[in-house]
Amino acid sequence: MTNAILEILSEDSRRTPEEIAVMLDADLEDIRQKIKELENNKVIVKYNTIVNWDKIHREYVIAFIEVKVTPQRDLGFDAIAERIYRFPEVKSVYLMSGDYDLAVMVEGRTMKEVAFFVAEKLAVLDSVVSTTTHFVLKQYKIDGVVLEGEEKDHRQVIVP
Amino acid sequence: MNIKNKIAERVKEVPPSGIRKFFDIANEMEGVISLGVGEPDFVTPWNVREACIYSLEKGMTYYTSNWGIFELRKAISSYLSQRFGVDYNPKNEIVVTVGASEAIDLALRAILNPGDEVLIPDPSYVAYMPCVRFCGGKAVAVECRVEDEFRITPENLRKYITPKTKALILPYPNNPTGGIMTREDLEAIADVLRETDILVISDEIYAELTYERKHTSITNIPGMKERTILINGFSKAFAMTGWRLGYAAGHVDLIGAMVKIHQYTTLCAPIMAQVAALEALNKGFEDGFASVEYMVRQYNMRRKVIVNGFREIGMDCFEPMGAFYVFPSIKKTGMSSEEFCERLLMDQKVAVVPGTAFGSSGEGFIRCSYAYSIDNINEAIKRIRNFLKRI
Repeated sequence: MTNAILEILSEDSRRTPEEIAVMLDADLEDIRQKIKELENNKVIVKYNTIVNWDKIHREYVIAFIEVKVTPQRDLGFDAIAERIYRFPEVKSVYLMSGDYDLAVMVEGRTMKEVAFFVAEKLAVLDSVVSTTTHFVLKQYKIDGVVLEGEEKDHRQVIVP
Repeated sequence: MNIKNKIAERVKEVPPSGIRKFFDIANEMEGVISLGVGEPDFVTPWNVREACIYSLEKGMTYYTSNWGIFELRKAISSYLSQRFGVDYNPKNEIVVTVGASEAIDLALRAILNPGDEVLIPDPSYVAYMPCVRFCGGKAVAVECRVEDEFRITPENLRKYITPKTKALILPYPNNPTGGIMTREDLEAIADVLRETDILVISDEIYAELTYERKHTSITNIPGMKERTILINGFSKAFAMTGWRLGYAAGHVDLIGAMVKIHQYTTLCAPIMAQVAALEALNKGFEDGFASVEYMVRQYNMRRKVIVNGFREIGMDCFEPMGAFYVFPSIKKTGMSSEEFCERLLMDQKVAVVPGTAFGSSGEGFIRCSYAYSIDNINEAIKRIRNFLKRI
């Protein structure tokens, strides 16, 4: 049942416990209890909204930054990752295999703002060896959702 | 010259669909919320579409064997064995057709002589009766009742068997009722069939879409496989309606006769659709048919929502265990099925299909598909509630 609840909520987090109880043919109290539990255990981390900001012409830029770092004794990459992810400008941080170590996603109002953030906050950190900044030009799909040209119902209204 | 007189009697005598006009109105109306569609709302999985595109890039644009690509027949054979426990030789017991629809037509044409009778459960899918009559056969409606959840019972079946009965069409899980035949139900009618030499055309296009229990094919019942033409396809389980790809499996002589017609009338199913279907099966073998299972889980949730919705607004609705239809009763309203559907469409812009479209036993019922998003279903139920309040 846990998986089924999570599948429903990750598809649409506004589904109410009442609706979920009908969908899964389960007891309403059990559903409420289970969701509470998942929230408390941080399995459900947060209920988010996917926004297509381009539609409201908000000025913003996203950059992916490849960061090479020197891992620290005893702490590995975790300490430097934490130094980086604490900045509110940083939206996500991943430890990567391959040519560089950390993939950092940064959001800002302008390219200049992001560039200054990299130059003044990121590149100057002791363990950071180098950075390469890539600006995002267009978002096509976020978290499994296609932003434009969503597929319409092309079916006939009635088909026997 | 009177062109009308030139139309063959067999074609003329099949009545035009009485509700065609209603369908046309619904299809052209703006802002309609529909529960009227007999096809999945899922788009064919991307890997399947991509395989087709790749085949075109490679220039696979030629005819295939009349029987269908051998690789595909082998895959269908493994699929039927793995999913339903029935074994067919891909060499000469399986033919790939243009949709399950062609397979139904081929099966009937391969076996019917003029005057032969074919038993068809009523209500069921709209094509069986006309196809039988196009072959010069006689379509005999086997009245099914809501009390039996629209199954065929042995008592019922016996009533309609005559020395002229050539075949029984067995369309379960059923469109339009959502009814299924369990193993026990099938065993009971198999007992009747064993006393006869009646053939079975088992249309199992909805076989993957059953809830809370797995589908049993009649070919699994001892002694039934030899007399059965099993029909299935990719439309429902793999969301591939527009590809028009189906198949039939059965005794080598029956399939051989069907291939004889198929090779002269159709030659082969389109190669691009065959390549796509092969990808659908191969992916399924790899991941345990995860995308099928995903769709079934989604349909099952919608099924719960719609049955619960109808019951909450006071409509009698038996719990369908297969396909993606519910078949609630509208007898309480005192209206005929057609009147109900027409007024519902005009008044609330909700499109559903009158039960009578599927045979006279459908009177007093409407077919509602739940191949729609949950929000769409909820909105439709809300409007039907408004409609019931106003009448």
